[in-house]
Formats: sequence, C-alpha cells, structure tokens
Amino acid sequence: MSATPQYRVCPTTGLKVFGATQALIKANAVAAVVFLAVGGLFGLSVALTRWPDVHLLPMDWFYLALTAHGLDVLLCWIIFFEVAVLYFASSVLLNCRLAAPRMAWLAFWLMVIGGVLTNITVLQGNSSVMFTSYTPLQAAPNFYLGLIIFAVGALIACGVFFGTLVLAKDERTYEGSVPLVTFGALTAAIIAVFTLASGAIILVPTWLWSLGYISHIDPLMYKLVWWAMGHSSQQINVSVHVSLWYAVAAILLGAKPLSEKASRLAFLLYIFFLQLASAHHLLVEPGVGSEWKIFNTSYAMYLAVLGSMIHAMTVPGTIEAAQRRLGFNKGMFEWLRKAPWGNPAFSGVFLSLVLFGFLGGISGVVLGTEQINLIMHNTVYAPGHFHATVVTGTTLTFMAVTYLLVPLVFQREIMFPRMAKLQPYVFAIGAGGISLFMMAAGTLGVPRRHWDITFADSIFPYQIPSAGFLMMALNGVCAILAATGGLMYIVNTVASVFFGKRTGDAPVKTYAATPAQAMGRPVVADYGSAGTMYIPGTIVLVGVFFVSFVLYYYVNWKYLAEVWPLR
Amino acid sequence: MSKNGAASGADQPEAAERIPFWQRVCDNPFLLLFIGVTVPTVFYLIWGIMEIAQIPVAP
Ligand code: HEM
Ligand SMILES: [Cu+2]
Repeated sequence: MSATPQYRVCPTTGLKVFGATQALIKANAVAAVVFLAVGGLFGLSVALTRWPDVHLLPMDWFYLALTAHGLDVLLCWIIFFEVAVLYFASSVLLNCRLAAPRMAWLAFWLMVIGGVLTNITVLQGNSSVMFTSYTPLQAAPNFYLGLIIFAVGALIACGVFFGTLVLAKDERTYEGSVPLVTFGALTAAIIAVFTLASGAIILVPTWLWSLGYISHIDPLMYKLVWWAMGHSSQQINVSVHVSLWYAVAAILLGAKPLSEKASRLAFLLYIFFLQLASAHHLLVEPGVGSEWKIFNTSYAMYLAVLGSMIHAMTVPGTIEAAQRRLGFNKGMFEWLRKAPWGNPAFSGVFLSLVLFGFLGGISGVVLGTEQINLIMHNTVYAPGHFHATVVTGTTLTFMAVTYLLVPLVFQREIMFPRMAKLQPYVFAIGAGGISLFMMAAGTLGVPRRHWDITFADSIFPYQIPSAGFLMMALNGVCAILAATGGLMYIVNTVASVFFGKRTGDAPVKTYAATPAQAMGRPVVADYGSAGTMYIPGTIVLVGVFFVSFVLYYYVNWKYLAEVWPLR
Repeated sequence: MSKNGAASGADQPEAAERIPFWQRVCDNPFLLLFIGVTVPTVFYLIWGIMEIAQIPVAP
C-alpha cells in the first residue's frame, strides 16, 4: 500500500486522475490500437478475398487471416480498450486510487503475452481454426495457451475493478450510489467474470486435448460452453459502449440521464438476462431441446432486449434534453441539427447509436428468433449482424472516445483535427456498408467463412444468385472505405499520442453551459436525472425505429413461409 | 452495504432513512455479481449440459 498517491485534477471534467490509473489507461489503450491496426488489415484482406472478382488470398491464407482477424479485433482490441474503460469508470469516476496497480500491470502484461502468443501461433499456420476453434478442428497448443493467458489477465483486471469499488466505498471517496457510467461498467465487469470463467472451463481442457493429454472433446459440449464465453463477451461490449454513450453525453454536453432509475434498470436487466442469449448460437443444434433454446433466446432474452429498448430511448433522450437545456429548443429537431457534428467524439457516438440500433439491434432480434434464424444461420448474414454491433457499435464508440482520451488522459492535442472530424463518417459509412451488404448477401444464401462461393471444386454444384455476388462485391468496396476510416483513426491516434503537442492543463472544448469545474461534482461522476421528459424528437426517432423493427421482423416471417411453403 | 446511506440524503427526494429495496440491490456489487454469474450458469450452462449429457451414446 503506497502512502498518499499522486493525482492531478483534470481541468475539463474536474475529476481526479491518479498517476497509476493514468499510466494503465494509456498502456491498455495503446495496446488496443496496435491490435486494431493488425486485425483491421486482416479484415480488409478477408473482405477482398470474399469479393469474388478480386479473390485476393489463396485458400489457406484466407482461413489464417480470418482467424487472426477475429482474434485481434474482437478479443485484443476490444478487451484492452475495455480494461482502460474499467479503470476510468472505477478509479477516475469514483475519485479513488486504483486498487492494486501492480496487479493491474500484471494483468496488462499477461494480456500482451497471451495476445502475442496466439497471434504468432496463428501466423505459424497450423492453427487456422477460426475464432471459434470448434472441435474437432485442432489448433497448436499455444493457440489455446495464449487465449488462456489473455483471459487470466483480463480476469485480474476485472478483479482490480472490483477492488477499486471496494476501496472507494471504504475510503468514502463518493457518496450514495456509484455514478451511472460506473454502474454500466460494473455490469460489464460482472458479465466479464462469467465470460472469462466459461472460457477457462472450456479452453483449459481443449488445450490439454491439443497437447494429447485428453483424448476427446465432445463438439456439442464444446460449442455450448465456448459460446458462454463467445457470446457473453459481446454483452460486455454492449454494456461498455452504452456506458460510454452516457459518459460522452455527460462530458461534452453536461447531459444528465433522462432517468437514473430507468437507465439503471436497463443495466440491471442486462446483468440478469443478457448472457442467456448465448443460446442463439446453438439454435440449429439437434442435441439441445427447444425448451432450452426458446427459454434462453426468447423469453429471457426479450427481457434483456427490453433493457436495450430503454437505452435506445434514454440515450438520445438524454442528449436531446441536454441540448434543449443549452437552448436548442426550436421545433422537433433543432437539438439534433445543431448538435456538435464537427466534434468526432460526438458524431462518432451518435452514428454508433443509430447504426447499432437500426442495423445491429434489429438484425440481432431476427437472428435470435429460433424459427427465422433458420433462414440465415451460418450465412454471411451473421457476420453482417455482428459487424453492425461490434464495429459500428462498439468500435466506433471506442474511436469516438479516443478523441477525448487523447487530450484528457494523454494530454496531447489531436494532431490532425480535420482528419479527426471526417473519420467517424468515413468509418461509419464503410462499416455500416459491410454490415448491410453482408446481411443482404446472407439473405440470398451466401455462406459465411467460405473461400469460394462459386463452389468450383464442389461435388455438389450450387449456384448462388448473381445478386449475392454483387452484394459481396459491394461489401468489398465498403471494406476499403472502412479500412480507410480505420487507418485515419490509427494514424491520427498514434501520431497524436506520441508526437502531439502537449496540452498541459488546458481544458478540452465542451458545450455545457457551465464549465465543469464550477458545477461542484462533474456530471459524468454525479447522480441525478435530467429532470425533464420533454423529448419529442427522440420519441419520433424511436417511433421510426419501432416501425422499422416490426416491419423487418414480419418480412422475415413471410420470407420463412416462402422458404417452407405449406402446400 | 448501505450503512452510509444516511449520509447521502442530499439528492434523494424521498425519506433518507429507508433506502428502497432495488437501490440496495443495485448498490451491492457483489450481490449483483452473484446473480449475474448464477443465472446464466443455471439456465444456460447447467441446463444445457444436462440435455447434452442425456443424449445416448451411439452404439
Ligand atoms: C476494416 C474493418 C473490417 C472489415 C473490412 C471486416 C471484414 C470482415 C469480413 C469480410 C469477415 C468475414 C466474413 C466471413 O467470411 O465469414 C469478417 C469476420 C469477422 N470480423 Fe470483421 N471486419 C472489420 C472490422 C472488424 C472489427 C473492428 C471487428 C471486431 C471488433 C470484427 C470482428 C469480426 C469477427 C469476430 C469475424 C468472424 C471471424 C470468424 O468467422 O471466425 N471485424 N470481418
Ligand atoms: Cu451471440
């Protein structure tokens, strides 16, 4: 235990930033960005291979790149960034030093070693088992070992988060309940514990199996337990990026949540029910019954979807209420028209909110419904869906937050502000495009993870409709756009972090009426609602969302009826 | 848990003495952790594993 630890007071938010916390946030964020760069490159090469006229990589390289892509972006990029967010939400928002910074560094290095080990193993070529590594496909032992080491590191980081909550409570560094953003991060950390424990339960035996100590891993059992990790980890992402939506609204606009209670209830529903949705990955497995499938993916899941619906209402509502308080009160949509669209932190968050909801949310419920899932299961619709959630949702939000992270935590100016301004739009269009076109191709029957959809050397010839080929080509075009947006982000972030002008104690531009320091407790770390429910614009937007949702849902039932005509 | 709740009456419009049940739940991270791990373990993992374990082995 160190004596009085060092901190500085952030000039923008008025929050205490402890030295150890700051260093750890920096380290984790930098590692995240490095893995995004590597993984993004693999993603582009995969997309260009799946563009039938380009068909970039040979078959073995395609599966290698696909494996590396999934691991680097879904696991490394996202989880490193999330660890940074956990430290922010505990230590910074609760005004408390980080519990056990040594352990946090251990966690960091374990994650680095694990991530690098898995990458090296994949690049050696005998581990192209893809992200899911379904048995009986077998990777080299170090593939699993790397993942296990990474997971242990991440679990320790969660421990540091919980430790910091306890420390803050003991030292009374905050009053009453934790702020909403911390509560959202807590939701994420709880889901993470289940996720990582499930990962250990399945990966340790699989590792032993690849070493030859265990003779057999049952493929269905593997799938079941693996998805307790694979799916739940996506729910960590949702919890974290929704928390960040509230955080960015609070920091930039001084926005208080519309209703603390409603937002917390939504997170609570996540804690209770969200992880059960893992079952949607087994919807076509014959070995588990319909009761299990429907209970886990429908009945219980809809309660978690209710949580998301609440956020879908309260996040834009929170922004609208704040904007109206700042005086943008004319008509239905002045608050939206006059929002800080030139600020990449804001535009990134808002684009992410819209794309995540419309593309990711709707397609997720469709895919998670046992009956209509049959039309799309294992088609490229699935990657279409999850690029909407995890790329236009989580990744875009993390990018947006980086534009605050660099000045606030790294205390450097963004080196290329013009590029930063444009970047969220380029990335959003590109990533929205790959999501949409992969979904379209999947609806036309294009399989996922397939190197050659002409099936040239197949014993059973099959002709995908030519529109399917067109969709995969459009996917390739959008992939180039998304990769460009990704590159703009990476170049700008790396340049700013290492070579940007030091900002020292100059505050970052925000739009709140009163400067943060003057408000006593900074909004992002405060408790309390906006105190208004006058959000007509949001109600219209949410109405449009619901109508799209219902229409699309029923279109798919209609489509199912045509796939299986009852004549 | 919520012993220090009385100190935080400032921003609570309702009576400060009795903290509502759900707020007490939300203020207890380890209770939430317990629930968040148990629910999926029981309904997803254990129930699912039981179903798979009951599949007869092929002769
Ligand atoms: C430049 C941006 C990106 C492009 C162009 C891209 C493109 C693709 C493509 C074409 C596939 C293969 C679909 C298939 O053949 O089944 C894929 C798979 C995947 N992508 Fe991306 N992606 C990008 C970014 C991301 C990001 C940021 C994430 C996560 C945060 C992500 C997560 C995944 C995952 C998990 C898979 C599945 C891998 C597997 O099937 O094993 N992607 N991506
Ligand atoms: Cu899932």
